[in-house]
Amino acid sequence: MTTFAPVRGLRFREHAISGRRRPSAPLLLAALTVAVVAAVPPIYLAVRVSDDPQVATSAVFARSTLELTVRTLTFAAAVTALASAIALPMAWLTERTDLPARRTLRVLSALPLAVPTYVGAMVAISAFGPGGLVEDLIGRGLPGSIYGFWGATIVLALFTYPYFLLTVRPAVASLDPRLEDASRGVGYGRWTTFRRVVIPQLRPALSSGGLVVALYALADFGAPSLMRFDSFTRVLFIRYESTFDRTGAAALAAVLALLALSVVAFDVLTRGRRRYDAIRATGAPEAPTIHLGRWRWPALAFVAGILLLALALPVGVLGYWLVRALAAGEAVRGVWDATRDTLLVAVMAAGLTAVAALPVALLAVRHRRFPLSRPIEVLSYAGYALPGLVVALALVFAGINFGPLYQSMAMLVIAYVLLFLPLAIGTTRVSLLQIRPSVEDAARGLGRSPLNVLRTVTVPLTLRGMLAGGALVFLTTIKELPATLILAPIGFDSLSVRVWSASSEAFFARAALPALILLLLSSIPLAILELTGRRR
Amino acid sequence: MTSPTVPAVHAVGLRAAFDGNEAVADFTLNVEPGELLAILGPSGCGKTTALRLIAGFEAPTAGTLEIAGQRVADPSIFVPPERRGVGMVFQDYALFPHMTVLENVEYGLHGADHKRQLAEAALATTGLSTLGGRRVHELSGGEQQRVALARALAPRPRLLLLDEPFSNLDLALRAQVREELRDIVDQTGITTILVTHDQEEALSIADRVAFLTRGRIVQVGTPEEIYLRPATVDVAEFIGDANLFYGDVVERSVRTALGAFAAPADAARAAVVVRPEDLEIAEHGIPGTVVHREYYGHDQVLSVRLEDGSVARARLGSRGRYEAGDEVRLSLIEAPLVLESLTRRDA
Repeated sequence: MTTFAPVRGLRFREHAISGRRRPSAPLLLAALTVAVVAAVPPIYLAVRVSDDPQVATSAVFARSTLELTVRTLTFAAAVTALASAIALPMAWLTERTDLPARRTLRVLSALPLAVPTYVGAMVAISAFGPGGLVEDLIGRGLPGSIYGFWGATIVLALFTYPYFLLTVRPAVASLDPRLEDASRGVGYGRWTTFRRVVIPQLRPALSSGGLVVALYALADFGAPSLMRFDSFTRVLFIRYESTFDRTGAAALAAVLALLALSVVAFDVLTRGRRRYDAIRATGAPEAPTIHLGRWRWPALAFVAGILLLALALPVGVLGYWLVRALAAGEAVRGVWDATRDTLLVAVMAAGLTAVAALPVALLAVRHRRFPLSRPIEVLSYAGYALPGLVVALALVFAGINFGPLYQSMAMLVIAYVLLFLPLAIGTTRVSLLQIRPSVEDAARGLGRSPLNVLRTVTVPLTLRGMLAGGALVFLTTIKELPATLILAPIGFDSLSVRVWSASSEAFFARAALPALILLLLSSIPLAILELTGRRR
Repeated sequence: MTSPTVPAVHAVGLRAAFDGNEAVADFTLNVEPGELLAILGPSGCGKTTALRLIAGFEAPTAGTLEIAGQRVADPSIFVPPERRGVGMVFQDYALFPHMTVLENVEYGLHGADHKRQLAEAALATTGLSTLGGRRVHELSGGEQQRVALARALAPRPRLLLLDEPFSNLDLALRAQVREELRDIVDQTGITTILVTHDQEEALSIADRVAFLTRGRIVQVGTPEEIYLRPATVDVAEFIGDANLFYGDVVERSVRTALGAFAAPADAARAAVVVRPEDLEIAEHGIPGTVVHREYYGHDQVLSVRLEDGSVARARLGSRGRYEAGDEVRLSLIEAPLVLESLTRRDA
């Protein structure tokens, strides 16, 4: 008789029982508050658009809007394709093969996550642009232009591939090598096996990684703008800045929101009903290391080349500009204020988001079948699909009506919470799923009220997930540009805005210090994530 | 305060339905103060739900529940689990993984005076005095189970509930832990309800056994009563080994291969229940042919095909030598039990 089999069955049953239970009033109230606030941007956008239907329709159906839509979708598709072409081989090489220095390269491969895309763009321009470092070095002009569609695509792919990598890597690591053996055994070659057996197994991970990158490309504002590529966000921002046509801007923002939602819908629809994990046998053996043979050095060159461009180049170029700035006596005092403001707002956003994620995650995990749980969860995920620029504009439109919030720090923090809430819900959910519901029942039975159980049992056991969520939110908050640009209150100074305004006017030396500090601060949450992930 | 006449648990017509499925239907039960009662039944019969209703983790949709004379659940009242004074040991133990053994036990003593002493006393009762500083994941399954028991006992609950307490222990440990639990219950005098699907466990440890099937208690009695006088065919079939001979009732009598027996009043159909150990080989018995033999050492069980084709299992001493094909004659040692049969199970 096995000792553990009955426990597993019980856990599922208890789960089912708990899923039916009604949430307590404070929990429901907290989750509802989060959902209602999350619903403000989409609802307000809709209200604003319907204000003046004529202006809205003419903005939406303008020929330029159609061109813009096609151009932006093409851009998102190109970035996604290029990022996957970088991330998939990288994940494969650092996970399954005898690549030289594999472990070091594995750790380094996710690090470009710390480089904001607008910093990447600034580095690319100052290095390869006209009059840039490379031209200085070789003493003549480079052929072609770095600006435009391809420049923007390459820059974005180089700095967003880690999102792809991080979702694909665990899937590559858990591939069942016996399926590959079986395919080879019935006579298929290496390539056919890869195409027909390996890729289908990776499909769920590829599709969710692709979704993240596509949404990122659609929503990114800094890099396309610096690379002078007229993506949707750039056109929308210019329209918002240069005219007082708020309804037209709102209508464009609504179109962008619909684009993002249609990307999500496309993903959901093409995901299909096939399951790839259902037949996975237990006790899959460790995948054997694949020997690259004479492909070792080309493979190394590929991985090292990507890391050179996405990691070494930014650090090197920023270092160069910093030295030049210090030599030229560039003022650094304002940078400390910006660092303080950035840290302050990021810590507040991380803390508040981690706290706001808890009731939503609790409802989704512990009260799955409660009728309100699903709508609340879906609403809380709105920020996942909506571009930062759209959420920020919606909050500006709404904020004008809520006097004291407009142009306040609180508004900025709320924007971050809405944008990054799904990150924290995700990690908190995973932690909650690991707590057996009977543990919470036991605490109730020992005389503690539901709130007391939350404080003494649930939260301590979820802390790791909340911490990981907070770290992710911190990372994305300090990198965030468009919402910060639009919502920053007067007197508020952030590193991202500083880098942006200096580099959009090609004052690269002035951008260097805040950009380097950004990289440094970004590596803190990455270290936390690495540590919290490892102890499991 | 609790006079001996007030039952420790008094449940009348409890119902709990989830998604239209009735997990517990018309659950009625009295538990006497100080007794150890086992709720026994096949898996899916509603045992765990019944226990969770008593603990307060589920709310009944109908019925009333009193603990030590206090109304804790009816259509208008629901006392939450933390105010019921009920200790529960979960099947998976549900220990707090972020606390030490001692912290686990102290958890239920929140706000009590001399909390440390009380917790240490509870650990001593379960033989864990030396393990107080350990982390939960450093303990063996048996030790974890004792921590769960100590944690439930520490606040001196008026009722102790145990959900399949021995199912996660290996066989060698089970008998020992069972004995220890019985000792603890006797020493503390605490009223205990234990849920199990293991008849041997229920019969060997409990003062009384309540048999639960399809959400209803069908019989409550001492282990002997449950085994020797099962109230329904379900009970007879589930507990121990039983030969069931079905027949239509004609003139208040049912005719089977073993003979005709008086049937219960008003029954249209009846089942004659014969335990294998109540059959013996006798010269003037009913003739049959051995079709199968299982030899166990301390006894043996013969499957004998009787003249009408039905098969009877007879448990005999270890000495006789039989083989398939032997002609034997069976006779009854005890007058058999005749129960009303509500389903045509033999058809």
